[in-house]
Amino acid sequence: MNRILKYVFLDIFQNKIVILYTLILALFAWSTLSLEDNNSKGLLTLLNIILLAVPLVSILFSTIYVYNSNEFIELLVSHPLKRSKIWISLFLGLSLSLIFAFVIGAGIPILLFSEWDKAYMMILVGMFITVIFVAIAFLSTIITRDKAKGIGISILLWLYFSLLFDGLVLFLLFQFADYPIEKYMVVLTSLNPIDLSRVLILLELDVSAMMGYTGAIFKLYFGSNGGLIVSFLLLFSWIALPFGLSLIKFRKKDL
Amino acid sequence: MIEINTVSKKFGKLQVLNQVNLNLEKGECVALIGPNGCGKTTLIKSILGMVLPDSGTIAIGGKSISNDFLYREKIGYMPQIGKYPVNMTINQIILMIKSIRNTNQPLDEELYVDFEIDKLKNKKMGTLSGGTTQKVSATLAFLFNPDVLILDEPTAGLDPLAAEILKQKILKEKEKGKLIIITSHLLSELDELVDHIVFMQEGKLMFHKSVDDLKNETGTDKTSKAIIHILKN
Repeated sequence: MNRILKYVFLDIFQNKIVILYTLILALFAWSTLSLEDNNSKGLLTLLNIILLAVPLVSILFSTIYVYNSNEFIELLVSHPLKRSKIWISLFLGLSLSLIFAFVIGAGIPILLFSEWDKAYMMILVGMFITVIFVAIAFLSTIITRDKAKGIGISILLWLYFSLLFDGLVLFLLFQFADYPIEKYMVVLTSLNPIDLSRVLILLELDVSAMMGYTGAIFKLYFGSNGGLIVSFLLLFSWIALPFGLSLIKFRKKDL
Repeated sequence: MIEINTVSKKFGKLQVLNQVNLNLEKGECVALIGPNGCGKTTLIKSILGMVLPDSGTIAIGGKSISNDFLYREKIGYMPQIGKYPVNMTINQIILMIKSIRNTNQPLDEELYVDFEIDKLKNKKMGTLSGGTTQKVSATLAFLFNPDVLILDEPTAGLDPLAAEILKQKILKEKEKGKLIIITSHLLSELDELVDHIVFMQEGKLMFHKSVDDLKNETGTDKTSKAIIHILKN
């Protein structure tokens, strides 16, 4: 496993896109955190940038990378290697290098500028979001052989999780405004890894009071220790499910 | 050595392999021939585990290959069109495959020397010509002294000199008692190499005969003529 991983790492770190991604993250993080004297506000601004940019880069870069690795995969499959090993190595290679880019780019300034309990939550959530969208990318590459279609599916999924889902939730919120739907909102939120991450960090930043009654419900459900564990289990299953599905399909794929 | 038992494979609606039965023994040099799209490459890929058959079994050395991957240690494969990661150099590719195989057996570096790959070793795979890529594929296929050699159109794209080197190498390995499977459309080169012919058409295995039998049946003195005779009838 490590032997393949080594070559995947070597390849990704030579990639200019990853270097550029690290630099841009660093630029945003340093500027938002050092320009804003209220640390919570700075983090909030950064959070919105991260929740938009990190999923997009993770899913698109991974999708394109996996398609471009088709030759590499074909080469490896004709040698004495387990198929699942190849797929897992590729996944680990991509996830770890994108996590590395995130920690170098955004993690360091966050650690330097904010208190420990807020910082660690931001970094942890950033890492989770990175891996979740790499996993979703693996699923969309295995669905179709066609590169253009695969990238299209990835962009649609990103669009859905980042923008369309919120629109849908807002629509439901208006439609059922007369009913007590706060509890259902919690369930709905947990169906989207980006929203779930946002709520987790907002609670940590103590700005949930601004979200009114719904915020209080969130605090009740996600703020407690049990809630935190459930939230991270949910985030983890957002990694395990898409990647597990892709792994099952890859083991039966004709190359 | 290789036992293929009623293997079938469909790609969508297209039946690529249709109930193929085939037994290949050690020391044979087999030519797998047939018109384009008859399922030769799919059959080879099934043996390599790159394509998984819908039904039927394939066994190598008496052991079924489904859910196994270690059996590929015994196989050297030279693909029709070698596809390699474009950003890796020849040297990196060879080192990587060596570390994957992780063998302590002596390596067979004859082709590496004869094709003068040492001079090119720092070139990236993406910049190589088709012929040079084929040379790298051939080197990798022979490098680990495999019991079975599967060569898909081995000399297509090679210059005459390199093709001759490869041919001599194939003959040498045949003498050592290895099983060699070749697919090729260049009938003239098969003359000197092969002693068995497997003929496929539309996913079906039409026959598997020794070259001598074939020559007798068709009343010809050359393998290539015998094959032409069959193709016409």
